[in-house]
Amino acid sequence: MRGREAREQAERKAVMATLAQSAGDDIVRLWGEAGLPSEAELLRGPETGLVTVRGRIGGGGAPFNVGEATVTRATVRLASGQVGHCYALGRDKQKAKLAAIADALWQDPTRRNEVETKLIAPLQAALASARERRRAETAATKVDFFTMVRGEN
Amino acid sequence: MYVAVKGGEAAIRNAHKLLADRRRGDRSVPALRLDQIVEQLALGVDRVMSEGSLYDRELAALAIVQARGDMIEAIFLVRAYRTTLPRFGYTRAIDTGTMLVERRVSATYKDLPGGQLLGPTFDYTHRLLDPELAAGGDVAEPEQRAGEAEAMPRVSAILAREGLIEPDGDMPEDHVPGDITREPLEFPMARDIRLQALSRGDEGFLLALGYSTQRGYARNHPFVGEVRIGEVELELDVPELPFAVPLGSIRVTECQMVNQFKGSAKAPPQFTRGYGLVFGQSERKAMAMALCDRALRASELGEDVIAAAQDEEFVISHSDNVQATGFVEHLKLPHYVDFQAELDLVRRMRAEHDARENAGKGEEKRQAAE
Repeated sequence: MRGREAREQAERKAVMATLAQSAGDDIVRLWGEAGLPSEAELLRGPETGLVTVRGRIGGGGAPFNVGEATVTRATVRLASGQVGHCYALGRDKQKAKLAAIADALWQDPTRRNEVETKLIAPLQAALASARERRRAETAATKVDFFTMVRGEN
Repeated sequence: MYVAVKGGEAAIRNAHKLLADRRRGDRSVPALRLDQIVEQLALGVDRVMSEGSLYDRELAALAIVQARGDMIEAIFLVRAYRTTLPRFGYTRAIDTGTMLVERRVSATYKDLPGGQLLGPTFDYTHRLLDPELAAGGDVAEPEQRAGEAEAMPRVSAILAREGLIEPDGDMPEDHVPGDITREPLEFPMARDIRLQALSRGDEGFLLALGYSTQRGYARNHPFVGEVRIGEVELELDVPELPFAVPLGSIRVTECQMVNQFKGSAKAPPQFTRGYGLVFGQSERKAMAMALCDRALRASELGEDVIAAAQDEEFVISHSDNVQATGFVEHLKLPHYVDFQAELDLVRRMRAEHDARENAGKGEEKRQAAE
């Protein structure tokens, strides 16, 4: 039971990560294509505030404050009762609201599959391909050292 | 007599209208869009985010265009905007070891795991102006290289295996990270607070101080153990969720400076370290920050404090360019009354001085006559 709960939390976190990473325009477009419902009661926000980003001394030592970043959050409740949250970098309020609704819909067992396949999966695919392209472009700038052979034989 | 004066409302109003006009410039030239600034002046945007201490590209771009490209004015605008927003909390500390790396070089190890990745660098360019850019020609897509993603441990982890380098900086177990946005600066300060101040410090000021250490003012034999640039994920603990909520990614630049250290009464011979971490892509700033961080650890490491870069109060008190520009630029605001008072004082002192001189001359003449 604990294991299942932990797995579900990890899945929900991954969904929220995908939504937070994705561009608002992409979410709006897929939302329209999927015909997902956008009615929900707004319990909080969407509102923009700050988080203070922390780093670690030397990379892995004690934490210190680096600076702030803008974050927009929203909390919604569906007619079916599920409460969804979103926190995402930036100031895109429409994105925050839709992402909170998506989080709520995902918690509804009758809706989860639809949200996964029509919204999350395409967003994930786009993020993965952008990530892979960036990695491959960086990899092309990797230095391949070779040794100059001195003398003959 | 003190006389209060008012005036200048119309002049100020018209000056600001004129500023808006000059900022826009020739109306036949298309207005800049924020996305153009974000995409094409990206490192300027990064500097404003870093020193404005606010990660938000569009806001930084807006600040740059509103400030007519005056970076310190743009940083000032961003700092002012920050104060209008509520704070949701402190993120979990980022893990630069899991960064989606876009550039990573080490000057100390040729063959380190993950390799040397040059990324989009100005290094090795010939610094020749490119007339083709002025003509607005198409730019080719970058090359790609397939292959498995390699893990890229921080170089400090590699050096640590031999025990010849000090560990990442630790603080006492119960230490709560200080926050200069909440508490006034107090000296001496802990390293975590110094790093927060340095991370938002003026690039030019830190660069000059870092340079001074290389030229012999607090020399500390630095090597770039590693510079890495890339995206790291942010997570925030919130009461409404049972897990840390993912917020998305930000780009940061990290510098691990490695410094030879001959040892002191407080520490054995080893490599010591300076650390730099800044928003966006700015290795110059991250490197300068790391040099300053190391220099400022002089007392901790038992070194003599003999140079400006080692003087914590001097460095940290003057590293903030918004404070610096505020105090320097306030000098041009009306000081009519102050100056009037000084003028009276100098007049009086001069009169007294002249009277003394004349009296002295009179005395000399009298003595000569006798």
